[in-house]
Amino acid sequence: MSSVVTAKDLSLTFATSDGPVHALSEVNLEIEKGEFVSFIGPSGCGKTTFLRTIADLEDLTSGTLEINGMSAREARQARAYGYVFQAAALYPWRTIEKNIALPLEIMGYSKPERDKRIERTLDLVNLSGFAKKHPWQLSGGMQQRASIARALAFDADLLLMDEPFGALDEIVRDHLNEELLKLWRRTEKTICFVTHSIPEAVYLSTKIVVMSPRPGRVTDVIASTLPDERPLDIRETPEFLAIAARVREGLRAGHSYEE
Amino acid sequence: MSRLQTILALFAGFACIVAIALPYGQIADGQAMSWHYWPLLLVLLASIAALAVWFRGMPFAVAGGLAVLGGVVLMLLLPRIDLALTGYWAALVAMWTLAWLFAERLSLAIAGGEVAERPYGVLIPLMFGAAILTAWEAITLGANIPKILLPAPSAIWEVLLANIPVLAADFQQTFIKAVLIGYGLGCGVGFGVAIAIDRSPFLKAGLLPLGNFVSALPLVGIAPIMVMWFGFDWPSKAAVVVVMTFFPMLVNTIAGLNGSGEMERDLMRTYAAGYWHTLFKLRLPAAAPFIFNALKINSTLALIGAIVAEFFGTPIVGMGFRISSEIGKLNVEMVWAEIAMAAVAGSVFYWVVVLIERAVTFWHPSVRGGRA
Amino acid sequence: MQKVTSKRSLVYHGWITLSATLLGFVFGTSLGIGLALFIVYNSASDRSMMPWIIASQTVPILAIAPMIIVVLNAVGISGLIPKAIISAYLSFFPVVVGMVKGFRSPEAIQLDLLHTYNASPVQTFIKLRWPIALPYLFTSMKVGIAASLVGAIVGELPAGGGSGLGARLLAGSYYGQTVQIWSALFAAAALAGGLIIIVNVVERLTSRHMGVRPA
Repeated sequence: MSSVVTAKDLSLTFATSDGPVHALSEVNLEIEKGEFVSFIGPSGCGKTTFLRTIADLEDLTSGTLEINGMSAREARQARAYGYVFQAAALYPWRTIEKNIALPLEIMGYSKPERDKRIERTLDLVNLSGFAKKHPWQLSGGMQQRASIARALAFDADLLLMDEPFGALDEIVRDHLNEELLKLWRRTEKTICFVTHSIPEAVYLSTKIVVMSPRPGRVTDVIASTLPDERPLDIRETPEFLAIAARVREGLRAGHSYEE
Repeated sequence: MSRLQTILALFAGFACIVAIALPYGQIADGQAMSWHYWPLLLVLLASIAALAVWFRGMPFAVAGGLAVLGGVVLMLLLPRIDLALTGYWAALVAMWTLAWLFAERLSLAIAGGEVAERPYGVLIPLMFGAAILTAWEAITLGANIPKILLPAPSAIWEVLLANIPVLAADFQQTFIKAVLIGYGLGCGVGFGVAIAIDRSPFLKAGLLPLGNFVSALPLVGIAPIMVMWFGFDWPSKAAVVVVMTFFPMLVNTIAGLNGSGEMERDLMRTYAAGYWHTLFKLRLPAAAPFIFNALKINSTLALIGAIVAEFFGTPIVGMGFRISSEIGKLNVEMVWAEIAMAAVAGSVFYWVVVLIERAVTFWHPSVRGGRA
Repeated sequence: MQKVTSKRSLVYHGWITLSATLLGFVFGTSLGIGLALFIVYNSASDRSMMPWIIASQTVPILAIAPMIIVVLNAVGISGLIPKAIISAYLSFFPVVVGMVKGFRSPEAIQLDLLHTYNASPVQTFIKLRWPIALPYLFTSMKVGIAASLVGAIVGELPAGGGSGLGARLLAGSYYGQTVQIWSALFAAAALAGGLIIIVNVVERLTSRHMGVRPA
């Protein structure tokens, strides 16, 4: 397998008025093609910062980071990834299909090509009947699905997702998790997924990266032994619970209780 | 170093070279060149040297210092020439570009956290103001612009100093009497009416759109009516100010009183707080940003109203009267002096309201965020 | 019965004022949008100009109105242009302030999104900043058009016996013609109301076209 993301001794320090903050400290990580990697940890552990560094939204301070053998900037310029934010960030003045068309317009796709891709990605996220709706006419879960469709539209192999379901209720979240897994298997993309829900991380991932704060660092990398086919009730199996326990253990070990 | 800064630096250097090479002014016996006046030559050469040495990013202090120095030299040069020529204008452009470069470098340094926002941030607008004044003086005197079109700042300043008693009398008549009294009455009554009708949803629902509409009307137009009703002296001007300031205050206070959140109001309800308690503990503080917004709008409206109202008839004192009578005599310096006074009075008035606002609504995001 | 185009008709005077208002409003709005762009895309110009733009409005600019008229007359410019300049001066300010706010209103997440698409600054402007700033533009235009009308009326005051609603006001006040003053006032009010309604209608049409949620 070829590696999609390679981080070596990656560190990132923010200068703030209260002195430097070590958001990431010597992170070493390899993400291979087709993997579903979750990043989990308490707030301030740098999981979102790591994702943003991959996306070239933050500049690393030291170390190296390669995406498909390119630097983060080159990867962004090559449109190597799709990014899904915590909020759907859809434009209220555009319909769902126009929202999905946004990256395609910017990247210069022709009109027939755009229409083809919109149709295909809407189908992927089960929103086919809603192309002409405006975002505010859709529920929160549907909006987030539309934003995933927008990230899929230009066929990047890497999907970066920053707590995409964090603001949704449990039931909608379960449903979207299930759909996301199906979509991942169908499209064979590499997915980096930030969350702070242990069940979500264990349910979705082939690899779970446990992080801890001050300074932000990786404390454990857990390979999942769960089968590829995962119905929702897999979450009650002993195997699932064992992995969840190990994640919880890793979080506890890295977490200081001083605050 | 951004592309813009590179362009500015190249342009400034080019302008300096032009200024050295071409004659700067018409003097009694021919044309003067840069080497006939050593301070000019010195500052131009220093600028070229600095641009060459620090081409990749001139320290803002160097750019600013050169711009100020150049401005002073250009001002000193003015009395020595009859007419400014290409070299002079090129030098002026060079100094302007250096001042711009200074603003670019300093704002970059502030954004990068190299220097503190507090004392240094003020330098940029000060430099801009100084650059405008310098260019104004240089263009009016250097190109011999007829004073009726635009007098030089120095000439305005002289007239201003020579006429302080007249200006003071005008200021008292227009600002102290008409503006302040009208402003106080208009804002106070607007606020009082808003509180009074607050308990009646019917009146509120009716007055809000009406007030919004009336605020948009050209209310200065009632000035002749007010002069007929209240006579030529300041009460008619104050009346115009009252009418102009009343509606913005009314509309903003009503909007502000409705502005407190549903959850906060429910909280007061759980305390079984009465109407007045809720008003004083929650709704008035929450309305403060809106009320100050109206006070700020009104501070400029009040001065406009009072001055314009004086065009419709006054005793022989007052800022509006002076402006319209002096322009009739083509005594433009005096008009500009009057405008300068009005500008300073208006700005001070506005900033006093802003300072009070910052002290009172320190918790509001727009104030916490820093600059106004 | 006189014709509506007669020099004594309010419609005639209203039209004179309206044309100056509209010309000044177009000037002022364009200038305001231009300055706002400059301020949003260049932090040095933000720092150097914004305080002065605010200060410029604390100056009772209407006081300069008669001088602008007389001075421009002296160099041979008269009629519509001087009045339109005053209108433009009064209307550019709300547009600058509103559009600076509007162009800056995209949230960080929306700018990040376009950054991940490697969008150019021009694309960011066309796809995000301009559409998101439109509601701010309409709000400022409502304030701006009212200010333009005030500017045009005050600009007509020094014209004395000339035409336009401001001139009618001044003439009425000189000769004690109360009816003439009131009728000019009502005409001005109707004009202001009409202009604001037009801006409102355009705003509603635009937001319907853009599919913004009805308020």
